[in-house]
Amino acid sequence: MTVQQRRKLRGSIALSLCTAAAGIGLFWLVFILTDVLIHGFGALNLSLFLNDPAAPGAPGGGLRNAFIGQLLITLFAVLIGVPVGVLGGTFLAEYARGRTLAQVISILADIMVSVPSIVIGTFAYAIMVKPLGHFNGWAGSMALAFIMIPVVLRTTEDMLSLVPWTLREAAFALGAPYYKVIVQIVYRAAATGILTGILLSMARVAGETAPLLFTAFNNMFFSTNMREPIASLTVTIFQYAMGPYDSWHQQAWAASLMITVFILVITLIGRLIIRWRYKR
Amino acid sequence: MKLARIKNPFDLLFASVTALSSLTVVCIIIGILIVLFSESSLAVKKFGFVNFILSTEWNPVTETFGALTNIYGTFVTTGLSLLLAIPIAIGIAVFVTEIAPNFLKGPIGIAIELLAAIPSIIYGMWGLFTLAPIMADHIEPALKKHLGALPVFSTLFEGTPMGIDLLTASIILSIMIIPFTASISRDAFNLTPSVVKESAYAMGATKWEVIKNVVIPYSKLGVFGGIVLSLGRALGETMAVAFVLGNKHQIATSLFDAAATITVTLANEFTEADTDIYLSSLYGLALVLFLMSFVTLAVAKFLLLRAERKYHR
Repeated sequence: MTVQQRRKLRGSIALSLCTAAAGIGLFWLVFILTDVLIHGFGALNLSLFLNDPAAPGAPGGGLRNAFIGQLLITLFAVLIGVPVGVLGGTFLAEYARGRTLAQVISILADIMVSVPSIVIGTFAYAIMVKPLGHFNGWAGSMALAFIMIPVVLRTTEDMLSLVPWTLREAAFALGAPYYKVIVQIVYRAAATGILTGILLSMARVAGETAPLLFTAFNNMFFSTNMREPIASLTVTIFQYAMGPYDSWHQQAWAASLMITVFILVITLIGRLIIRWRYKR
Repeated sequence: MKLARIKNPFDLLFASVTALSSLTVVCIIIGILIVLFSESSLAVKKFGFVNFILSTEWNPVTETFGALTNIYGTFVTTGLSLLLAIPIAIGIAVFVTEIAPNFLKGPIGIAIELLAAIPSIIYGMWGLFTLAPIMADHIEPALKKHLGALPVFSTLFEGTPMGIDLLTASIILSIMIIPFTASISRDAFNLTPSVVKESAYAMGATKWEVIKNVVIPYSKLGVFGGIVLSLGRALGETMAVAFVLGNKHQIATSLFDAAATITVTLANEFTEADTDIYLSSLYGLALVLFLMSFVTLAVAKFLLLRAERKYHR
């Protein structure tokens, strides 16, 4: 074999290995998704959405309490996390642009995005559950909001930085004060990007389980009282999947399907918006 | 763009509100540190910090707690999952940037992002109901049969394959971190200037030689940052491993043994902690985890920033 042939052979082997690696990645995605789809659709029925859980081990029952609880917890997390995140990002990209303070906060937020969510859960437990003496829904929402804030803050900062500086100068030239420029010009120019960031951060927290385990805890009964323990889909999945009953496993699959579809659809929409809006 | 522009009173108000909002991030981090230190102080006082980290005893009945079994479990699962994930992730990045035809690049990129978006509890449940039985019935017996006679592997593959063990947990963890590593490596590869690559092609280099000798050396800082970032994520991953690790406090030498990581112990035992010292020891674990992942993530961020600065020179 000549040197050229050996080099070509080595190259094609290496490139085939890389292609195989991509195949393995796709294989896992397809494997997990089809598995969740098959098991989830098999377990899906109307009573899942309309009924509360039956007694442990008894057939029937549904997860109405968990669906409502999940909606409430996520809703309040969004209501707390989004304004703080968007305003914080505004400070970094506008008033403090280019300053060391903005860079430090931006780096800290980047680290916060990946901090273990279970640690956030223990934090929320110490400040919101221990003083009250019992688990409550607000603690769950706060824990999720703590996770959301850095995500929204960073995307807002990035999106506002993309708005050309000349646009602001044009508004300044008309005599507008800075806050008016931000609210009426810059926000409008970056609206799609900020909304996408909010969507993606919702997808992120909707699947979080660890921070809810010891904040919102769980509740077998229907409740909309955020001052009491409240059920969520993810914690219910954990409890049901680890439980001994087959009917629990079925409902856990169905709940997994709902969560996965919800999150994947939101993620896809977010990505497509970014592609459509920011394609070069 | 300087603060000197703020003259209008509403402007001052808006600036202060936004400044306070951005400071919440700092407050949360400082708050976490204060809470973890103060809540774990009871355990640190009783056992001593070094002793707490180095003791393998975790016994709620006698109320003696040491973190080593948990730290060990965290390190083994994280290390093993990185070992499995890195080659595949870099392979994917090479495929997407250099090999795939243009019409495939978009869809594969989206597929990887979807893999990253699937919540960890779904990975955990899939692992428990689908992967663990497959591991127990097919893969682990096969590994034992073919490799179990070799010297090192005989220890690694000792015991009855149950599927609920270190190996299964590491595989699930590796599937979870592949997307992070792959997408950061892809972005780093993409930053290699085409002029540099074209010069290598002009010298007669094959595609693989260009990748190996030009693209990877040029982007190694970014790729390394991505790997460290994945390491930080893997350290703190909870639900994906909580289902399949068995929560058993021991220094396992076999990959077929059940074990416990810091996160799994927290998830399983936090609500059951009935004594102050038990809860305080769990907070001690959370503190160790927080410090480990914070330092790792800070290093990753530092590397990625340096990479960014290098490419945009």
